[in-house]
Amino acid sequence: MNNEVLHLVIVGHVDHGKSTVIGRLLCDTNSLPLGKLDSLKKQCKLNSKAFEYAFLLDALKDEQSQGITIDTARVFFQSLKRKYLILDAPGHIEFLKNMVSGAAKAEAALLVIDALEGVQENTKRHAYILSLLGVKQIAVVINKMDLVDYKEDRFHSLVKEMTQFLKELGLQAQSFIPISAFHGENLVESSSKMPWYKAYSILEQLDQFEANQALETLDFRLPVQDVYKFTNYGDQDRLIVGQILSGQLSINDEVHFYPSGKKTRVKSIPDYPNQQKSFGKTGESIAFSMSEQIYIKRGEVAVKQGQTPPLVSSTILVNLFYMGKKPIGLGSSFDLKSMTQKVTATIIEIKSIFDSSNLSTKTNQEIVENSIVECIIDLSEPIAFDSHQSHPLSSRFVVVMDYEICGGGVIKEGVKSEKSDQIEKKLIRNLKWENSQITRLDRSKKYGQAPTLIIVTGPKDSGKKPLAKLLETKLFEMGKFVYFLGIGNVLYGVDADIKDGEDNRSEHIRRYFEVLNLLLNSGLIVITTAIDLTQKELNQLKTQLSDTKTIEVYMGQNEQVLDSALYKFCDRDFVKQSEEIIKQITC
Amino acid sequence: MAEETKLNDPLDKLEAQSIFILREAYHHFKSLGMLWSIGKDSTVMLYLARKAFLGHVPFPLIHIDTQFKIPEMIEYRDQMVRDWKLQMIVGKDQVSLDNKETFPDGKISRLDCCQRLKSSALKNTLAADTDRYIFDHSLDKYVIDKNASSFTGVIAGIRADEEGSRSKERYFSPRNEKNQWKVGSQPPEFWSQYKTEFAPDTHVRIHPILDWTELNVWEYIQREKIPMVSLYFDQGAGTRYRSLGCYPCTNPVESTSTTPAEIVQELKAGKFSQIAERSGRAQDKEDGGGLEALRRDGYM
Repeated sequence: MNNEVLHLVIVGHVDHGKSTVIGRLLCDTNSLPLGKLDSLKKQCKLNSKAFEYAFLLDALKDEQSQGITIDTARVFFQSLKRKYLILDAPGHIEFLKNMVSGAAKAEAALLVIDALEGVQENTKRHAYILSLLGVKQIAVVINKMDLVDYKEDRFHSLVKEMTQFLKELGLQAQSFIPISAFHGENLVESSSKMPWYKAYSILEQLDQFEANQALETLDFRLPVQDVYKFTNYGDQDRLIVGQILSGQLSINDEVHFYPSGKKTRVKSIPDYPNQQKSFGKTGESIAFSMSEQIYIKRGEVAVKQGQTPPLVSSTILVNLFYMGKKPIGLGSSFDLKSMTQKVTATIIEIKSIFDSSNLSTKTNQEIVENSIVECIIDLSEPIAFDSHQSHPLSSRFVVVMDYEICGGGVIKEGVKSEKSDQIEKKLIRNLKWENSQITRLDRSKKYGQAPTLIIVTGPKDSGKKPLAKLLETKLFEMGKFVYFLGIGNVLYGVDADIKDGEDNRSEHIRRYFEVLNLLLNSGLIVITTAIDLTQKELNQLKTQLSDTKTIEVYMGQNEQVLDSALYKFCDRDFVKQSEEIIKQITC
Repeated sequence: MAEETKLNDPLDKLEAQSIFILREAYHHFKSLGMLWSIGKDSTVMLYLARKAFLGHVPFPLIHIDTQFKIPEMIEYRDQMVRDWKLQMIVGKDQVSLDNKETFPDGKISRLDCCQRLKSSALKNTLAADTDRYIFDHSLDKYVIDKNASSFTGVIAGIRADEEGSRSKERYFSPRNEKNQWKVGSQPPEFWSQYKTEFAPDTHVRIHPILDWTELNVWEYIQREKIPMVSLYFDQGAGTRYRSLGCYPCTNPVESTSTTPAEIVQELKAGKFSQIAERSGRAQDKEDGGGLEALRRDGYM
């Protein structure tokens, strides 16, 4: 027997016989613990209930009383070829999220249809979800053939109907199998009741499915899960940890991180209890140390130099399957998690809302539970991802609202915008950056300060410069390394080649922020003033300067502007104001 | 032979997934602890934590001591605590013990006893509602934990193949403010995205070895040479424990296996290949869905 375990999901409409199929497979492959069948039969007799194979799965009291599978149960069985882990997905519409949980882990699926009832709402919905989740190996099982007298024409008409439907979803079943789970026909061995059917039984078909996608042949991707430094245990190295989604990693490989564009080399791949590994494989959870110390956070995606980089964008076109109770729509916000990244997302355009039960597109702009939406989402920060065609795993995301995962989907593409241009420029800047031997942390320790930006904005003559200069003097007297830079200091030097004016404003701002970035990289506390920066520009600042503590100060009468400003001052009490800000820096 | 480019061995795959889950838990939960029952499953989980964190266990371990545990279990626990320099927290239901309201004292049923000495003691220990004890490595003994605060993330070593109710668990499984598990309204869990966000006053149970089977556990113990409590092996009397618990309610099985390798063989082809693992546990049988009822109320 093969060493692998194939993850299988069994889906279909409620009461079409999924649990019976599973119960039968367990029984007929001798995969049940000894005595389990007998004890269940006895229990049924005790409750004067006729025994059913479906009961084998219904281990929960709740479930037995309602007669429906309420969660994805996991059971194992084995053929002569290999082991199977079945994720029994409930067919009831209310438990669709459980079906999704099961199907998302599956490498192959059986879609069960009742020969008598035919294709029902959840048959279609489940098929749609399989296509969305990327489960491509599917066999359609026509169950309860005994109820239609094992008639060939009934089987063929269902095959025809389903083939057409699956085709619309871009799916193709590997086979259609007529069975009677109740009587054990075509489960393990070929049925004598249906001599007109010559192809595989369920078990034979299962053995035809292939386990695992060939992720090892794709480019290296490792979503950074965390950065460890167990100093209190005496370890010195900073370790990047994560699970390798695809490809491999070796010592000395040059690694680039996205979306930031930072880079380093792999110094070592430590292991416990052994000392070292030379190599990390697809699927492995590893840790590695870096030869050049750079500041990396959870969420970055490590890739290898020379391979195709992931896409980076903060505006994305997605297919979203929404499972939340509360309807959402245009302008709705939620958290979006993709690999180990987590950002705030807002729906800015709805392309279409799809009703999975009848495949119709609605014009209604409300997204209700269990609908599938094609929409454009704006993100608080850029994320790294791959297109669904090039990488099945790194294009996926889930949606979190009110502490719950309430949806999932795939990213179709990044959407071009003003912001995407800035993101790209920053990415290239970082990729081309020559790292210093002295790390940010070394500098912080030496100078006794973290690089910090205090940016003061507001209308003309609102007191920005007097406050900024007072701050500079006070911090300098405290022994801090501090520098004042007005935007004007950049405009007439660095920007001498471009004219002043609205048309060039974004380029002026970009260069100004780049200069700030250089100063901050040197470890300084920088105080800067600029007239009337907008919220959008402040957001851009965060894109351009990664991981720097920034204190935004607004001086002026209009309290409605700049939501992200930590301080809003409307008078000229500079002494008091500077004290407040200094407290914030030194805390 | 060329080096393999992906994980192929099922044990390697399980290990990688468990490590991923443990690291997710460590990242997301500030107040995190791991339940350690001293049994093989949670000991394998403890070993996996050392793997995930490169030889360290950066959170405390929690053991609920019913005071009816087989004495070797406690000896083994404290030896491991010293050897691996573990942060060890022990909790118990002192009131029921003082009043002798236990099954071995003959006052209550098995299930009620589990309910008090395990479920309720666990709930109170996690919430820091009752005294708990922490191993002081400099004094080499347990002292009252003066800085006790409640846990928001609790790692538990349950496996889906153990019995029915556990097969329906998630890797990250929310518990409400009453410590209850709501089976019917569990959040979906897919694509390695787990429930790491949670409302105030609720906590999350984390199950890193949910997909492991009893056989996987023993194969892994054999491969990694993980030290186990001697009760799992025949000491000459022709019996050993297959599952560990309190001595009044746990019976050894007839077996002459003395090593993990022999146990693996026994599970694969021998006499246990068709018998459920918890068949020696009396509380599972008291009532058809006893363990499920206990689980909903906070039992591991």
